[in-house]
Amino acid sequence: MAILEKRRLWLAALIAAAILFPLFVANGYYVHMMTISFIWMIAVYGLNLFAGYTGYLSLAHAGFFAIGAYTLGILTVKAGWPFWLAFAAACLLTTLIGVFVGLVALRTKEHFFAIYTLCVGYIIYLIIDKWDSLTGGVRGFIGIPAPADIGPLSFQTPVAQYYLVLFFLLVVVWIMHRLVYSLTGRTYIAIRNSEELALTLGISTMKNKLASFVLSVFFTSLAGALYASFIRFLGPDIAYVSVMFDFLTYLLVGGIGTLAGPVVGTLLVTFLSQQLQFLQDYRMLIFGPVLTLLIIFYPHGIAGGIIRLKAKRSEARRLQLEATQASAELAAASRQERSERYAKEG
Amino acid sequence: MFLHVERLTKRFGGLLAVNDVTFSVEQGKINAIIGPNGAGKSTFFNLISGLHRPTSGTITFKGRDITRLPANERAKLGIARTFQTTHLFEQATVMDNVIIGHRLRTSSNLFDAILRTKRHRREEQACKEKAMEVLDFVGLTHVADRMVANLSQEQKKRAAFALALATDPELVLLDEPAAGINPDETEGLEELIVNMVQRGLTVCLIEHKMSMIMKIADRIMVLNYGEKIAEGTPEEVKNNEAVIQAYLGGSAIA
Ligand SMILES: Nc1ncnc2c1ncn2[C@@H]1O[C@H](COP(=O)(O)OP(=O)(O)OP(=O)(O)O)[C@@H](O)[C@H]1O
Ligand SMILES: [Mg+2]
Repeated sequence: MAILEKRRLWLAALIAAAILFPLFVANGYYVHMMTISFIWMIAVYGLNLFAGYTGYLSLAHAGFFAIGAYTLGILTVKAGWPFWLAFAAACLLTTLIGVFVGLVALRTKEHFFAIYTLCVGYIIYLIIDKWDSLTGGVRGFIGIPAPADIGPLSFQTPVAQYYLVLFFLLVVVWIMHRLVYSLTGRTYIAIRNSEELALTLGISTMKNKLASFVLSVFFTSLAGALYASFIRFLGPDIAYVSVMFDFLTYLLVGGIGTLAGPVVGTLLVTFLSQQLQFLQDYRMLIFGPVLTLLIIFYPHGIAGGIIRLKAKRSEARRLQLEATQASAELAAASRQERSERYAKEG
Repeated sequence: MFLHVERLTKRFGGLLAVNDVTFSVEQGKINAIIGPNGAGKSTFFNLISGLHRPTSGTITFKGRDITRLPANERAKLGIARTFQTTHLFEQATVMDNVIIGHRLRTSSNLFDAILRTKRHRREEQACKEKAMEVLDFVGLTHVADRMVANLSQEQKKRAAFALALATDPELVLLDEPAAGINPDETEGLEELIVNMVQRGLTVCLIEHKMSMIMKIADRIMVLNYGEKIAEGTPEEVKNNEAVIQAYLGGSAIA
């Protein structure tokens, strides 16, 4: 119980910090960076739901991110749709594509699934890159509007956009939290643990994997649509494997299959790569080995490592408690035996 | 007939792992399957539980042809199993592992989970109660909050039993439950299996430990190179010439 209370407190403090952040950091650049980080986090939560909790590594998610972004751009700029309608449609269309990709991809397992989705991601990149008339190809896609006002709420300023993105992030975290601690979440985790066991426990693995995959695509498309309305310029490189690699890095550093992982990893890695910007692409010379070491020694990332350490400690404490209790009982028993013997003798 | 397999065959490439086996599982009994390593015992379980499709032959359960039914549907009909290696989630508590066992008797979905509907709350409670009940039955209540990784081998086997029992099965397939377990603990497992049958369950048991089989099995089927070479009571099987041959002159049967 106390742990739960403590966690609540931490969460409240974090949310408060996120809300107060733009008020105390006057520098617009940091607000911008933070907004972008939040967008990445939403995408990484999508990846985490499927890779972390259901056990399937999808490498098509940068593609879904780009479809969400481009659909919003095309519907608002070319088709002239109202912003929020286009926003909803972008997420729905991407999710629908996710259903079809999932139906085929989920017939494969493990690394075959990873390779298949890698191909899907690359095909999405190629389509965006080559379909000049629709996407603007390599020249990019410009003129995407900022989010339209909702009643009295206006999202024209960077700070307002920061809050909008934060709102969506919190919703995603809230959904993830509810999901992970539910029968459905337990079902996904059971599939991750052993698909054979799950099947013999009467779980329809295909149905559950598809639902998890589709929701994960939805989260990532949401991030894509937010990205389009925030950056307001799109290039095909947002569908490229390097973006996928970024998502994965954030997730692995933070902790795959943990609730805090996407936040921790994204913040840490984007912060570090900011600090190392002077190294340009040579940053990878540092990131590569660090990531490798991390995966070898902390396969569950920073958040996962901390959770495990805590679990180990409380288990050790419990064992110690049991041991002292047992020895106390033993001592009491032998004392009683002795006193009984004395009573008899005396 | 409770569970009946008719001329069941499973071929892996050129290998006949299960070859033309006809066998009936008797309700309310301990039905044992024995045979040397690689005889096809686990494959036989995989066919019954639906993880493998047979190359030919049929499986009927309570009068219904289930040969083509997916594994998860068979579990719903009341066929549960354990694995030779437990397959448990080692980094979670015993309770967290066992709760999911009752999931197949619930129907709440993604939206119930997110909205925390009444149905979800009710079903989550039901799963927890069921987990508590089966953990009590297998005698693991005191370690319910322990990490599976920290359990003894015998406790892990009991946890796997609990998980199978949480599905509310009628038939339980146990694949080598006593492997890697010391003699004292083996006796405890024997007792548990007998208890299961007394509770009205039907057990099908694969085991290499002959003393255990001879003590608790009502009937035995012997597989060798995928073929059924003998069937009968422990007494009959013990004295069967083909069985003695299969076990290298009978030294393995004691
Ligand atoms: N999925 C598979 N693909 C190919 N061959 C398999 C497969 N599963 C089992 N086999 C082969 O089928 C044969 C029977 O294996 P099975 O696991 O059923 O034996 P077993 O009787 O359970 O043995 P043990 O007592 O060692 O557990 C073995 O030769 C095994 O190598
Ligand atoms: Mg076997």
